[in-house]
Amino acid sequence: MRSNPADYELIAPGKLQAVIQLLTNEPGQWLPIAGGTDVMVQYVAGKLAARKLVSIWNLPELRGIETLPDVIRIGAASTYTELREHAVITREFPLLASAARWTGGIANQNRGTIGGNIVNASPAADSLPALLAYEAELILVSVRGERRVSYLDFHTAYKKMNLAPDELIQTICLERRFSGYLQYSRKVGARNAQAISKICIAALGRLRGGMAHGELGDAIGSEVDDVRIAVGSVAPVPLRLQQVERIVKGKSVGSELIHLARKAAAAAIRPIDDIRSTARYRSAVTANLVAEFLQQLGATAPRRESPYE
Amino acid sequence: MPLTAPSKGMADSSGKRKPCELSLTVNGRQKTLRVFPMERLLDVLRHELGLTGTKEGCGEGECGSCSVIMNGVLVNSCLIPALQAAGADITTIEGIASESQLGTMQAAFLECGGAQCGICTPGMILSACHLLNKKPQPTLDEIREGLSGNLCRCTGYMQIFDAVAEAARRGNRS
Repeated sequence: MRSNPADYELIAPGKLQAVIQLLTNEPGQWLPIAGGTDVMVQYVAGKLAARKLVSIWNLPELRGIETLPDVIRIGAASTYTELREHAVITREFPLLASAARWTGGIANQNRGTIGGNIVNASPAADSLPALLAYEAELILVSVRGERRVSYLDFHTAYKKMNLAPDELIQTICLERRFSGYLQYSRKVGARNAQAISKICIAALGRLRGGMAHGELGDAIGSEVDDVRIAVGSVAPVPLRLQQVERIVKGKSVGSELIHLARKAAAAAIRPIDDIRSTARYRSAVTANLVAEFLQQLGATAPRRESPYE
Repeated sequence: MPLTAPSKGMADSSGKRKPCELSLTVNGRQKTLRVFPMERLLDVLRHELGLTGTKEGCGEGECGSCSVIMNGVLVNSCLIPALQAAGADITTIEGIASESQLGTMQAAFLECGGAQCGICTPGMILSACHLLNKKPQPTLDEIREGLSGNLCRCTGYMQIFDAVAEAARRGNRS
């Protein structure tokens, strides 16, 4: 049944300090709401447990994308529109830029925030595999001060995370060191816009010696130097496929390696049947996407063919 | 900007909250009304202000029927709690036409057959105006993406894309 607005309290203190003080004074009582693209959907459906909400939309302390020499600091209330239009993000972090472009439609991208996407903790969220691949660091804030946590350990189980009731995500930090990487992402959904993924993947890789800089005919430099593969919608949490990464790292990409990687990927995920897809389809497509990524990564190696072909 | 925040302890003995005062600008007119802070902007527009041009489709941000432009940005009004619209400048479909004359985008929709049953049309037109504000001469792909959050079950979309391209040619001014 639709919610009655008379049953809900919503306040907008306008300052981060006032919000975190409220979260401390009445722990677990206040639900932060930013752009509302998740919270309002639950509210309208009558499924919102919280009765007291505190607006964090437009809190200046949570806004803005700051580019430093080694790191980019993304305010947690940055919208998908801000992410996909940001010059440094589109150039150096295309996995995140494309995830932002694939989320919802334009109106949702104007309101949905990256921090909201993290705490909503949907296993199907498109931007979360990108944050896993880039090994984001989160800065959490509370009246106790700042706490920095690795995003790799943030989601501990379905909708459970390393976030205390009095904490907010303030900033998402990404290291600026992936320019030389092959960056691969795909969203598999029923349509391009407004579709929740059946499977999504974000992967990064680099061969030893970088991309296509070796001498022709020289096999040195074709081994995988670094690789990160993350998938969404195939487990209770967004998942890094570290078993696959371990198999691939240090090896040259070939059909045997791709075969092993496919098997490891299918073994690592825990897909389910649901309204969007089936476990069997998700398993097959995840293996295919991992294979396609590795093929593309292998293709960045120096070519062995004659230069005169 | 600090929003109009109701004071603490606003629940009465029955657990019901009290409405708060909300000021906003809609289609160029300043409005002040009393609403519950969690009332949806969509309901404020339709029920409090009588602006029924904004339609409710899905009520969960999937269909775009309730699209309005808030502070220059396209939003789904079904997902905006009233308090977050405090002080905002809002354009609805009623603000696209002048008293006696259709806006350029509206005229293009009519001429190109971009409107049939009409439920999606106000949202489509606001999304299209938002797109042309950002990209006055969009490609077909940009038009498709700009309207990708607006679902139409009648037209098959092609006439809508034609209408947006036509409005762009005429230099749409929303």
